[in-house]
Amino acid sequence: MTADSPDPAHARTPPDPPASAGTPESPGPAATPGSGGAPHPSAAGPAPAATRRRSPGRVAFALLLPGLLALLLTYALPLVWVLRMSLNEAEDGGVIRQTLSVATFTHVLGSSHYWNVIGQTLELGVLVTLCTLVVSYPVALFLARTTSRWRSLLVALAVAPLLISSVARTFGWMAILGTQGVVNKTLDGLGLTDTPLHLANNLTGVVIASTEIYMPFAILAMISGFGRLDPALEHAAAALGAPRRTVFRRIVLPLTLPGVLTAALLVFVLSLSGYVTPRLIGGGRVFVLATEIYDEAITALNWPVAAVLSVLLLAVFGVVISLYLWAQKALEARFTGPGEARS
Amino acid sequence: MNVSRLSRAARSVVLTVLYLFLLAPIIIVLVESFDNATYLRFPPEGFTLDAYRQVFANEAFREGFQVSGVTAAATALLAVLTGVPAALALTRLRFRGRSAVEAAFLSPLLVPHIVLGLALLLILAPIPLTDTYWGLILAHLGVTVPYVVRTVSASLVSADPRAEEAARTLGAGGFTTFWRITLPAIRPGLFSGGVIAFLLSFDETVISLFVSGQNTVPLPVAVLQYVEYRSDPSVASLSVLLVLLSVVVVVLVERGLGLRRTLRSG
Repeated sequence: MTADSPDPAHARTPPDPPASAGTPESPGPAATPGSGGAPHPSAAGPAPAATRRRSPGRVAFALLLPGLLALLLTYALPLVWVLRMSLNEAEDGGVIRQTLSVATFTHVLGSSHYWNVIGQTLELGVLVTLCTLVVSYPVALFLARTTSRWRSLLVALAVAPLLISSVARTFGWMAILGTQGVVNKTLDGLGLTDTPLHLANNLTGVVIASTEIYMPFAILAMISGFGRLDPALEHAAAALGAPRRTVFRRIVLPLTLPGVLTAALLVFVLSLSGYVTPRLIGGGRVFVLATEIYDEAITALNWPVAAVLSVLLLAVFGVVISLYLWAQKALEARFTGPGEARS
Repeated sequence: MNVSRLSRAARSVVLTVLYLFLLAPIIIVLVESFDNATYLRFPPEGFTLDAYRQVFANEAFREGFQVSGVTAAATALLAVLTGVPAALALTRLRFRGRSAVEAAFLSPLLVPHIVLGLALLLILAPIPLTDTYWGLILAHLGVTVPYVVRTVSASLVSADPRAEEAARTLGAGGFTTFWRITLPAIRPGLFSGGVIAFLLSFDETVISLFVSGQNTVPLPVAVLQYVEYRSDPSVASLSVLLVLLSVVVVVLVERGLGLRRTLRSG
């Protein structure tokens, strides 16, 4: 590769210098003594001069090639295959008929079963997002503001669950929520309930477990989005006589909204596509897009339907992310204000 | 005064409850792992290490550990080999379409694993690479490269490019400059990128579920299949062992890097 590249590189040199000269000289004044001390006819010889003159685009391409190939083979191409598969049709016995039709789409969108699945997926996503935001916000707010010497330990404890696989944590929740689980045994032992509460094998259990599983993500996203929070503002408001509730409503809440929004997006997107927890805690009774995609692909061997459901999931993702970007822009506009934006 | 003390106490109670909720499954898993029953029960009645012995006696777990270990090591190596040059190009060179390429390298993080799993099944099944080591490694590569590119890019941005320019001015070639100047400077980012890739691949469940079969079953898939039909304390013990393992890996890397850093500065 090095052997044949200098030639075309030289041919392309003339239009390039402005671009390539800009890169090494970016430090500005600091570079001046260096370039003055080592002018072009220096003893460095032709080798480095040649490498330096090689077009940066070409070098960049050579450096990017392995990574781009990896992405193409393991990510871009497979996704295109899903799109292609969604336009095929499935026949009986796992046979796939190669066509270009929207028949599988109309089949899926015309079936009440799949609409129920989509509805339950969205319901789960909304419930999990709301619960996760409610339980994560106080923790994130505390961690962002505290000056305690235990702060780093408390942050580590809040994020530590990420080190543990979600399969193991879901297993822990099965042991807590099951009919013979911690909650029901405790309630029974205290004589509070006669029949066990149904906390597993239904949507309730999936919501509880998913909330805990996405909590560390939400806390992390919130903390990093709480950058505008400044204790001086709160002190000023309090000193001017604002009651604590007003300080929270007028100062803390608006300043932390961007972080909350990011956390909401993250949790919603994660729970829309979550598979492990709905499968294990749902016990085969909670049908969401993720479990449905797996069952169609592996159990029913109906790849076209699985592909259509994947495309629908991606479409929901697209809508959610656009909504997030729109909301973020609206929030930013409120912070900077129209006056500042104009000036 | 009284009110603020009361609200402070209330805040502590709320925070304690939330932390307990967050850590509940881990605490339960730890407690159950020492129970002497052959099924899950609460409260545990005896203390034993039997469940830990069962983990090592379980062939599916042993094989799964090996499959996941080999896959994760190969994935991390490939992710570093492909990710580092890309990070170098993205941070040190200016070329047309740079921001688009950068976005492309981070975009796999936006695609849900359930869709990627299906996508990889569709493309690997006809070759046929499903249920093989190579299939698993390829499947994990796409989701780990972005993390390597990100961590290595971050340390490249913080490393001083003037040292590289000085080396080039003094006559070092591109590769020598990379090997002698850039690489030592970004070693921490390189190691953490590699470790993140390893841990992500070792833990990957959903994508593996699609591309593994009967012969090459990584550990998370083996555990998932086990948990679905049985609930005994051995899965709890296995989880505890895995947590210990990842803590050891993280601490070792931290120590190793810290040690090297102090040696260099001394």
